[in-house]
Amino acid sequence: MGWNLIRAWSIGVYIFMFLPVAVVVLLSFNASQFGSFPMTGFSLRWFVELWNNEAILRAFRTSIVLGLMTAMISTTLGVLASLALVRYRVPGANTISTLLIAPILVPEVVLAVALLLFLNFLGINKSFGLLLFGHVIFTLPFVILVVQARLISIKRDVEEAAMSLGATPVQTFFQITLPLMLPAVLAGALFAFTISFDDITGTLFWKPGGVETVPTQIFAMLRNSISPEINALGTVMIVMTVGLPLLGVGIARQLAKKSGT
Amino acid sequence: MSSVTLKNIVKRFGSFTAVHPTNLEIPEGTFVTLLGPSGCGKTTNLRMIAGLLDPTEGEILIGGKRVNDVPIHKRNLGIVFQNYALFPHKTVAENVAFGLKYRDVPKADIAGKVQAALDLVQLPDVGDRYPKALSGGQQQRIALARAIVVEPEVLLLDEPLSALDANLREDMRVELKRIQHQIGVTTVFVTHDQSEALAMSDTIVVMSAGRVEQVGSPSDVYNTPASEFVANFLGASNILAGHCEQKDAQGVVLDAPLFGKVHVPSDKAGQVQQGPAKLVLRAEKLTLFDESTATDGLVTAPARVETVDYQGQTVRYFVRVGDTQLQAINMIDDTPFAEGSAVTVGFRPQDCAALQGG
Repeated sequence: MGWNLIRAWSIGVYIFMFLPVAVVVLLSFNASQFGSFPMTGFSLRWFVELWNNEAILRAFRTSIVLGLMTAMISTTLGVLASLALVRYRVPGANTISTLLIAPILVPEVVLAVALLLFLNFLGINKSFGLLLFGHVIFTLPFVILVVQARLISIKRDVEEAAMSLGATPVQTFFQITLPLMLPAVLAGALFAFTISFDDITGTLFWKPGGVETVPTQIFAMLRNSISPEINALGTVMIVMTVGLPLLGVGIARQLAKKSGT
Repeated sequence: MSSVTLKNIVKRFGSFTAVHPTNLEIPEGTFVTLLGPSGCGKTTNLRMIAGLLDPTEGEILIGGKRVNDVPIHKRNLGIVFQNYALFPHKTVAENVAFGLKYRDVPKADIAGKVQAALDLVQLPDVGDRYPKALSGGQQQRIALARAIVVEPEVLLLDEPLSALDANLREDMRVELKRIQHQIGVTTVFVTHDQSEALAMSDTIVVMSAGRVEQVGSPSDVYNTPASEFVANFLGASNILAGHCEQKDAQGVVLDAPLFGKVHVPSDKAGQVQQGPAKLVLRAEKLTLFDESTATDGLVTAPARVETVDYQGQTVRYFVRVGDTQLQAINMIDDTPFAEGSAVTVGFRPQDCAALQGG
């Protein structure tokens, strides 16, 4: 009796969470003029329209470039920061660690306004670079959390063994440390990419005029009406933001299995 | 192969001194063990020789050359760690070949050298496996193969046996000694296990609290401990505070409580001078007899058995002599003495040692 209740409740929660998503996906295949029920037939029309919508394609390109650059910069910085914090005795390591993680805890809108005000104060104009900078700030904690956890589990004596056999510290990093933490590095990069790709709050504050990312483009389109194109775009984004991490986790798992850790 | 010399080495971590001024000479080709309880500085010394720690003061010489400023990857050492430290993402053969890549070994020779090293550790067929597919003992053999394939100047072993279970440990002990003999490499072995040290070493360096207590052959440190610490750390000893009454060419006469005057021969009396002195009596040298047994030539005292700790091959007795409890470890012929029985305890004077001090 008790278990059945819990089971029913769980199913209810899942429905509540995923039904809206399912509806968006379903409606993206709707032939109707309007992006809502009733369904009038199956069609890929809205995906085609999406493909021909210059503004959306531009936003898509912007998002992907922004996401990739964010992932690259965040991952590089995150790996270096984790190495320093875990492998070396840095004075105030705990404080630095907390400060690096802090952007997760601060409400994004506060962070967004703060960065904007700060740059205004310095007389720096909004630019794509600033947008990238903002994204790096709040994806970095995720990379650091994942990579640090992995790095702690890699025993120092493996690196010491490599050095005792004649590898320089740099060779040791590329031969031993990096391959061993690669699953975490890839996971961190994926986190950074998807978080950047998804972000709207910070992006709205930081983007220069005329530049739109996919989320801000959708937001702009929604001001007029709910176009069925948006449902199609939503479906594409779900595939990207859910599918990519799953793929990444799969690859990471394969790599980890091969390396036996 | 090279000798290793520590000259007035000191290591401090902040205000804590891990190694007090230490001098040590490890001749080429010898097997030297740093023995002591945890925290005695033995691993710190090893890590300084390895170049994983910088000495605060003093000099380290390998093959007569000062290496204080030579980083670890240029010291040409082989290190075997307690937890194997194999590279989990590389096959066994890749692990063993790792050090060869950084030396001027022609590519064509690498496979042959790897195979020779695997043969030496008696695991010729595991080259294409990953470390996790091997048992702990096998992994440690691979770690050894990886360390010696580069023909290091010095082989450093940091408690390499303590992660293995008891039976395996004894096999590996013999194996390690055989391989060391075969290649003749200067070896520094760190352990807290006195039986490993006694079984394997040419020279044992007993350490305590960052200081060297004694340097000597296994039989030296076992039979003629230089301090009370050494006497207690290597096996169980009874230490009786007495007085040295006389010293001559034959040895010393020590007036010990419970047993009266004992003539300790000079090779067991060290530097003992007249004055307060201690009698060191190993538990396995103190034998229990029936009260009726003749005990000619032994130093004896009447005793009562208090505790019997039966261990199969041997038995450990705690006996009371006067107001003092002594420990005796005896082989068992038939039945051990029962608790409470009255016995005679005795030892040969040449089986004990004398130490200066009160």
